[in-house]
Amino acid sequence: MKKHALPLSCIVTAIVLAISIPLHADDAEEPEGKWSGVDETVVEKFAEEAGRPPRDPYINVGEGDMLLFCFLVAGVIGGFIGGYYFRVLFKEDKEPAK
Amino acid sequence: MRRSSIRLALLLGTAMLILLPSGAYAMHISEGILPPGWAALWYLVAAPFLWWGIRDVKKKSAAQPKFKILVAMVGAAVFIISCMPIPVPTAGTCSHPCGTGLGAIIIGPGPTIVVASIALLLQALFLAHGGITTLGADIVSMGVGGALSGYFMFVMLRRLKLNYFVCAFASGLISDWVTYAITSTALATALHGDGDFLKMFLAIVIAFIPTQLPLGVLEGFLSAGAYRFVRARRPELLQLEEVPA
Repeated sequence: MKKHALPLSCIVTAIVLAISIPLHADDAEEPEGKWSGVDETVVEKFAEEAGRPPRDPYINVGEGDMLLFCFLVAGVIGGFIGGYYFRVLFKEDKEPAK
Repeated sequence: MRRSSIRLALLLGTAMLILLPSGAYAMHISEGILPPGWAALWYLVAAPFLWWGIRDVKKKSAAQPKFKILVAMVGAAVFIISCMPIPVPTAGTCSHPCGTGLGAIIIGPGPTIVVASIALLLQALFLAHGGITTLGADIVSMGVGGALSGYFMFVMLRRLKLNYFVCAFASGLISDWVTYAITSTALATALHGDGDFLKMFLAIVIAFIPTQLPLGVLEGFLSAGAYRFVRARRPELLQLEEVPA
């Protein structure tokens, strides 16, 4: 990397983050309904008007540390499968060496 | 400013945008909205496409083992793109692109249906984004509708000898709009009750327009930019699913 690349990167990153963080600001700080997703403003609105409001997920992994546990299990299973089939996934091309 | 620093900054900024906590804003039909009969019907509609997609992945992987890695990469991209909330100032709401048009022109429509189904399943299970009962309808709208419309638009425009950028742009644009049109159909068919189906369908489409009209254009540019980037840097990847002009 060139001499001034890192400081310049930091400055540009700071600008990018300064712009991006307000986009992720907590919904509580926004007026009601501001920047809501179309799932709320369109899909759920029409569903509620038709008497079919959304319900909680059947498998609610958002309680406590359940989500972390699920990601752990998914990581273990995914890692095992990736490792088991490593040679299949990353098979070298069988081209004769020149 | 040096290009290397801009690249690094964009990479870091993008990573931070993804990692910062955010709500999931989407077109996905939430859990419990569709009556059981309609939910089952959408599963039945999705099943043959999913079966065809799995067969296509197996066939192409047997011919070219590296295809699996490309499918995995596109799957990761579809997962991220389809839960990436983008504020639309003209509407004051957020929505997301789908990524299935882009996926379809890189790996083909069949494999894109498979990766979209996996992405939607993970979002329903872990992010409360969509639902298990509504998964079939979400697969049909985003996976089947998005992938097939995007792919056929690309093929059609290539046959008219248009350049790749225009074809990829139209592919992304149409796949986004078709996805939301099918979502509107799924909602209107299930929820119109004694009312008029067409009236409800049009009401939902009109409600989507302020957000999805500009977002579709954005998805078009996203697809065109990503496709041109891959074509310039790693053209050999596209030979796996080359579309003849």
